[in-house]
Amino acid sequence: MNREWINVGAVENFAKDLGSCVKVKGLQIAVFNLSDNNRWYAVQNLCPHDKRMVLSRGIVGDKEGDPKVTCPMHKNSFSLTSGQLVNEGDVGNITTYPVKVEDGKVFLEVAI
Amino acid sequence: MNQQNIIVIGNGMVGYKFCERLSDKDTQKKFKIITFCEEPRPAYDRVHLSAYFEGKTAEELSMASINWYKERDIDIYLQDKVISIDRDKKTVTSEKGRTLSYDKIVMATGSSVFVPPVPGIDKEGVFVYRTIEDLEEIIAYAKNCKTCAVIGGGLLGLEAAKAAQELGLQTDVIEFAPRLMPRQVDDAGGEMLKQLIEAQGMRVNLNKNTKKIIGETSVTAMEFVDGSVIQTDMIIISAGIRPRDDLARESGLTVGERGGILVNSSLKTSDPDIYAIGECVLYGDIIYGLVAPGFNMADAVAEQLVGNKSASFTGADMSTKLKLMGTDVASFGDIEPKDKLCKDIALNNPHTGVYKKLVISEDGKRLLGGVLVGDANEYGNLLQICQNNMKLPDDPMSLILPKNDDAESGIGIGDLPDTAHICSCENVTKGDILDAIENHACNSVSEIKSFTKAGTGCGGCIPMLTDLFKYKMAQDGIEVSNALCEHFELSREEMYQVVRATGIKTFAELIAKHGKGAGCEICKPAAASIFATVFSEPILDHASLQDTNDAFLANIQQDGTYSVIPGIPGGEITPDMLMVIAEVGKKFDLYTKITGGQRIDLLGARLDQLPQIWKILIDAGFESGHAYGKSLRTVKSCVGSTWCRYGVQDSTSLAIELELRYRGLRSPHKIKGAVSGCTRECAEAQCKDFGVIATDKGWNLYICGNGGIKPRHADLFASDLDKETLIKYIDRFLMYYIKTADRLQRTSTWMTKLPGGLAHVKDVVINDSLGINSELEAQMQHVVNTYECEWTNVLNDPEKLKRFKHFVNSDDLDETVQFTRERLQIRPLQHSEKP
Repeated sequence: MNREWINVGAVENFAKDLGSCVKVKGLQIAVFNLSDNNRWYAVQNLCPHDKRMVLSRGIVGDKEGDPKVTCPMHKNSFSLTSGQLVNEGDVGNITTYPVKVEDGKVFLEVAI
Repeated sequence: MNQQNIIVIGNGMVGYKFCERLSDKDTQKKFKIITFCEEPRPAYDRVHLSAYFEGKTAEELSMASINWYKERDIDIYLQDKVISIDRDKKTVTSEKGRTLSYDKIVMATGSSVFVPPVPGIDKEGVFVYRTIEDLEEIIAYAKNCKTCAVIGGGLLGLEAAKAAQELGLQTDVIEFAPRLMPRQVDDAGGEMLKQLIEAQGMRVNLNKNTKKIIGETSVTAMEFVDGSVIQTDMIIISAGIRPRDDLARESGLTVGERGGILVNSSLKTSDPDIYAIGECVLYGDIIYGLVAPGFNMADAVAEQLVGNKSASFTGADMSTKLKLMGTDVASFGDIEPKDKLCKDIALNNPHTGVYKKLVISEDGKRLLGGVLVGDANEYGNLLQICQNNMKLPDDPMSLILPKNDDAESGIGIGDLPDTAHICSCENVTKGDILDAIENHACNSVSEIKSFTKAGTGCGGCIPMLTDLFKYKMAQDGIEVSNALCEHFELSREEMYQVVRATGIKTFAELIAKHGKGAGCEICKPAAASIFATVFSEPILDHASLQDTNDAFLANIQQDGTYSVIPGIPGGEITPDMLMVIAEVGKKFDLYTKITGGQRIDLLGARLDQLPQIWKILIDAGFESGHAYGKSLRTVKSCVGSTWCRYGVQDSTSLAIELELRYRGLRSPHKIKGAVSGCTRECAEAQCKDFGVIATDKGWNLYICGNGGIKPRHADLFASDLDKETLIKYIDRFLMYYIKTADRLQRTSTWMTKLPGGLAHVKDVVINDSLGINSELEAQMQHVVNTYECEWTNVLNDPEKLKRFKHFVNSDDLDETVQFTRERLQIRPLQHSEKP
């Protein structure tokens, strides 16, 4: 399958240490701009547990050094690097997307 | 299999305890328990009867509900009593004509108040103090009285006197002996107690032998043998008890010369099929008029019935510790040994109102007994030393001297033998508690309490229980960790203190200096809440720390939309303001519902609609209702004296004032309040974190109630307060809770887990025992002074407004949010309903 880097907007549109939701090719993707070391992550916006588009509104943090996002609905946490559920339970994992920043713009790599 | 019939005659505290113990131990269901209770309600806590005057209800005083008996298959006959026992046919017959056969009888008939046979004792206005019905009669009669005399200056007499004073009566205590509490304290201790009681406005009359009661039909005065007379409108008799042994006597059982059913150490009467326990019993020439020995007797009989033949009662320690009118009084062991050589040491400080005496063996090595008045903190420790015959430290005075915080007490909990009784009400030893921790996975004081029942009686042993738990944990190398999460070793309380002390205002600095890693959904909102209380800055200045509800100042719903709840202080709203809400509801097509907190909830709002909705509401004069926050929700009220014909105070105005005062206050969990205008309690204040109920004289304050996940009746905190004092107390209480509670801990759970419980909170808030009240008040005042509506703050800040949008790269809406209609309003489409 072909993949393509898509421009999703200027860096300043993405608040620090928070998630923001972007629409890319009909997909909802949550983008996280973490202030320590200027790391960026992108994952599906849909929480696999109750199937709502809410992960961009979760709190970010880390579990033993691995960055994670916690769903605002029922506090399931997912690794931002692997997409794995990192707490107990079996609600499933999430898809992650590569992110890069170039010339003050944020790009996501998605299948087309 | 045929069950044996056990008939328990009398359902007082001891009769109840026997039912509990036997049904607990009888795992094979060999016994059918049948109990008779002459009163209209099952056993209640007679020891704390005076709490009834402070607003505790009969239900709260109850040892167990009727359902409890049903669940255990115990038959209980209320308002009926056994009037005869046919020992040949082995049957009992009751007043209501029930005849039942028995295999064993347990007599727990208790005692009655000793009424001195003086002329005029039958006049109107003379009462005894024993049952809830007695109290109700006293309360009714007291309405037309100004003064009251209490005959009896012992334990029960002083309880009754306290009750009379609570009823607003000028109270005289009349004692026959030359000192108060002649059985429990010595002369010097009695004198200290007298001074402390007189300082509270009572009169104490010693060496008074009542000669007659004066008055035509009702009492007006009483005359004493020494010729003196006092005027009084009513008399309460509480001058000792008499065992109720009539039934035993009539049934041909042996009773003592001066009363009491004679039992041996197996608690068997002269008929081996009939046991007797509690205050009706004479054992070794002693009537045990305390609850703890009665419970021990109940336990011993239950043990014997289930097969432990060696279980026995061989006398009990009459040590006591109690709080009388706010004053600690305790005594243990032999306080005035007659036949032993001993050396006393005493500490007597009339300035602080503290008297302590230790009776020490002649060689200075053993503690024989002691008296503590005014401060009985060392009671548990001293009692253990005395009961276990432990060697005293070289200078025993160190055991009773006032301590610095860090000074170690003379003898530690670790030195106690395993046989030491920690809880004498429930007969639980140190060994039992260690066993509960080691072998029954009890990992907290509350788990130990529910497993062993220790600390569930008078509660006096809880400090020692807590020490023992901590000692055991430390010994096993287990740290009792209160760490918030993997990022902070600190507990929430410690984090609060760090923020207060250092003035750190950002999470980045806090975690860099006092934690590790990047934080998480636990520590970030906890820190955000603390920053909000300590610095009182807008919460969206820390947007990345907030849970989604706080991040968007609205409650997220199951479909990802939000609800909007405008503040309606006290539930009071004009028709014009109602129309504003109605217009918003119509304009944005929101689902509209009345909340439990007297407000209106508008549901189904999208992120991008929230600022538009709030703009309209705020322009019309509404403020945020903070329904999304761990903060004050509402102060519910009734219409009060302004409208209601029963109301005695203006509850609505007070509710509005309180809601406006504490609006936006950030706390470990949500806080709810209510104000009722009279005792009918229409605002349901007693299930709130703070509840206020109007009285004729002011306001009663209740704290730490909960109607939610685990309902808890609020505790009466203080009575008849004026408004200024009321607000001061609520300020201090709320700030103390905010300062010390764990995250997501409501006031009700905070209270049940707080060492010292209600008494401790009273001590802090009313007596300033920690010396922090001015700080608590100043902090609250700061929050009140710097309050700003959170939504107004956002609407004025374009940066903050940017976040109220579903996509940052598109103006499209979230197409997965879809509604259908039900009963004319929108509701979210469930996944199964989607095409």
